[in-house]
Amino acid sequence: MALRLPSKVLKHILSFIDSNEDRNSVSLVCKSWFETERKTRKRVFVGNCYAVTPAAVARRFPAMRSLTLKGKPHFADYNLVPDGWGGYACPWIESMAAKSPYLEEIRLKRMVVTDDCLERIAASFKNFKVLVLTSCEGFSTDGIAAIASTCRNLRVLELRECIVEDLGGDWLSYFPETSTSLVSLDFSCLDSEVKISDLERLVSRSPNLKSLKLNPAVTLDGLVSILRRAPQLTELGTGSFAAELKPEAFTKLSKAFSNCKQLQSLSGLWDVLPEYLPALYSVCPGLTSLNLSYATVRMPDLVELLRRCSKLQKLWVMDLIEDKGLEAVASYCKELRELRVFPSEPDLDATNIPVTEQGLVYVSKGCRKLESVLYFCVQFTNAALITIARKRPNLKCFRLCVIEPFAPDYKTNEPLDKGFKAIAEGCKDLRRLSVSGLLSDKAFKYIGKHAKKVRMLSIAFAGDSDLMLHHLLSGCESLKKLEIRDCPFGDTALLENAAKLETMRSLWMSSCFVSFGACKLLSQKMPRLNVEVIDEHPPKTRPESSPVERIYIYRTVAGPRMDTPEFVWTLHKNPEIGVSKLAIK
Amino acid sequence: MEKVGDYDELVNLKATELRLGLPGTEETVSCGKSNKRALPDDDTEKEIESTGKTETASPPKAQIVGWPPVRSYRRNSIQTKKNESEGQGNYVKVSMDGAPYLRKIDLTVYKKYPELMKSLENMFKFSVGEYFEREGYKGSDFVPTYEDKDGDWMLVGDVPWEMFVSSCKRLRIMKGSEVKGLGCGV
Repeated sequence: MALRLPSKVLKHILSFIDSNEDRNSVSLVCKSWFETERKTRKRVFVGNCYAVTPAAVARRFPAMRSLTLKGKPHFADYNLVPDGWGGYACPWIESMAAKSPYLEEIRLKRMVVTDDCLERIAASFKNFKVLVLTSCEGFSTDGIAAIASTCRNLRVLELRECIVEDLGGDWLSYFPETSTSLVSLDFSCLDSEVKISDLERLVSRSPNLKSLKLNPAVTLDGLVSILRRAPQLTELGTGSFAAELKPEAFTKLSKAFSNCKQLQSLSGLWDVLPEYLPALYSVCPGLTSLNLSYATVRMPDLVELLRRCSKLQKLWVMDLIEDKGLEAVASYCKELRELRVFPSEPDLDATNIPVTEQGLVYVSKGCRKLESVLYFCVQFTNAALITIARKRPNLKCFRLCVIEPFAPDYKTNEPLDKGFKAIAEGCKDLRRLSVSGLLSDKAFKYIGKHAKKVRMLSIAFAGDSDLMLHHLLSGCESLKKLEIRDCPFGDTALLENAAKLETMRSLWMSSCFVSFGACKLLSQKMPRLNVEVIDEHPPKTRPESSPVERIYIYRTVAGPRMDTPEFVWTLHKNPEIGVSKLAIK
Repeated sequence: MEKVGDYDELVNLKATELRLGLPGTEETVSCGKSNKRALPDDDTEKEIESTGKTETASPPKAQIVGWPPVRSYRRNSIQTKKNESEGQGNYVKVSMDGAPYLRKIDLTVYKKYPELMKSLENMFKFSVGEYFEREGYKGSDFVPTYEDKDGDWMLVGDVPWEMFVSSCKRLRIMKGSEVKGLGCGV
């Protein structure tokens, strides 16, 4: 006799489970667990908007209150995905408007969102609370105004690095005088100036406002006035922080900051004048997150600031920090968990990048809690990588970008194979890895063998042959996202490891040697994969063995998508018909 | 739908294209369609296959699309900063009707129109009168004009300062009879 957990009891137990990974496991146990789980899931995450239809999601999760969607592949961030590829939010919003009217939170990443879409959101979800758009595009400030004016219970409105058609700063004035529920507002990516008086009033009537990220058009004076009205802020993105040097201005600024006793996160600081940095000293001891990656602050000023930030956990900075500055970070910021060092000159032939591998070695040695790294520099050594791996086996995310493609270990002239082997072997919890520099197939053999927990892997200008891909697809058990550009391999490894692709979210390959014929074959073999050939030249005009520009392969239960543009070739499953170009709307 | 002729054309085009391959590969560098995210000046001019105008005098640097992997948003931010930073300068020629030779000034040194006007007045020993939004400059025979990116001659002062600095290619101080066409004293 089977003992069954009464569904009420199961429901109660499940109410303690937030992680979607766990919930996914729960739903695989048996049908009744699947049913109970799906009826209680409130926060739904869809990592690829084309992997499933909106209708299916709405149907499965009737209690959904929060939806997170991701659209374009990650390499779209670097202009590798042509405009018009897809990732449209509208069909999702339409579907949810009809089927999930109680939706309260929408988070979109790399999607195309229109003003219509935003207006629909405002009109359809009566209790709408949270809108977060990251790296999205396609809308204007009119759409934002619609959200501001209509969503009475709006708590969070964040535009993170979006491309917005800026029609002026009026949108801010659309928040009704009765709106007092704001907790977080981020308009740092907008260009136009907003009326400071509107902002002041909004801030004054929002007692729950904890996070405010201003755009560069907000002046230092404006900032002071806002800070006076919102000393309770925990996260602040300053405006431009640029002004003529005036002693009174400095005093006012210092005072305003010193009143913000709960400030934990600071960003913005575009155009900051070094003379104004001391105004921040009073908040430094409390800061856990500091984003200086848009501030052209140079060395001695940087150290003066950083040595006061003893609680810092997250630091984003430009390479102007130099090795010396990183050495200081290693000694003062002992709580550091995440470091990102961006290039101040993101050009191929920038020769005077002021950080070297030594900077990262300092931090790896000094910051015991370091678990996430993004580092740009010109060249690296195996020895440095080995040291980093030995010192920081707790690394979870390691993204190294050696800017010069194919750059070997500059001291020994060898490939960086040994170095990345050390990383893969030593950092057993590594979940995300980006490799660069000169790498042979051996490096990937090591990665395949050891990097068992890596879920996302990014590769550029590496490897010698098909073996590279084969090692990765056959070795990395937890691999979910693989993105590759400019590597010399293709067909064989891809076809041999076709089954692996169904266990992954997606595979991106551009400027490799994958042929159209292989894509067709793969598509025929694997009906639950969408194999997209993204190529401006019609594949039919070339021999089947010639390489295609880009392929994007992802598992899906939604079938081929119906919104592909001209340059995306979704292969039809029927080989006699050949390539069918699905009609664009 | 497919035209064999197209392919042939493509082949010929490829034979005459300028390419920069990376050391160690024969494969050509990938060039994605220019993306709206990048500034028009930034990406299209650096795409290897295009032979669009370059704004700087230095030889075109080798560029690979999307490398180093820095988000467009960040790239654009840095580019804007570079354009504004000191030492970059934005030198434009200034001619004045009747003067025997031209001068050159750095527009980035000034923050607004009155500063620029004062400097020009000192340089050429003239005075420019008062600027009115509708009528242009009144009270003087001299009118400052500039040639913009599109090649049109515009009245100095009509557009916001930043827009002026980024679109001005050269300045010309017009004098006397030629001035009438610009709406002075109309």
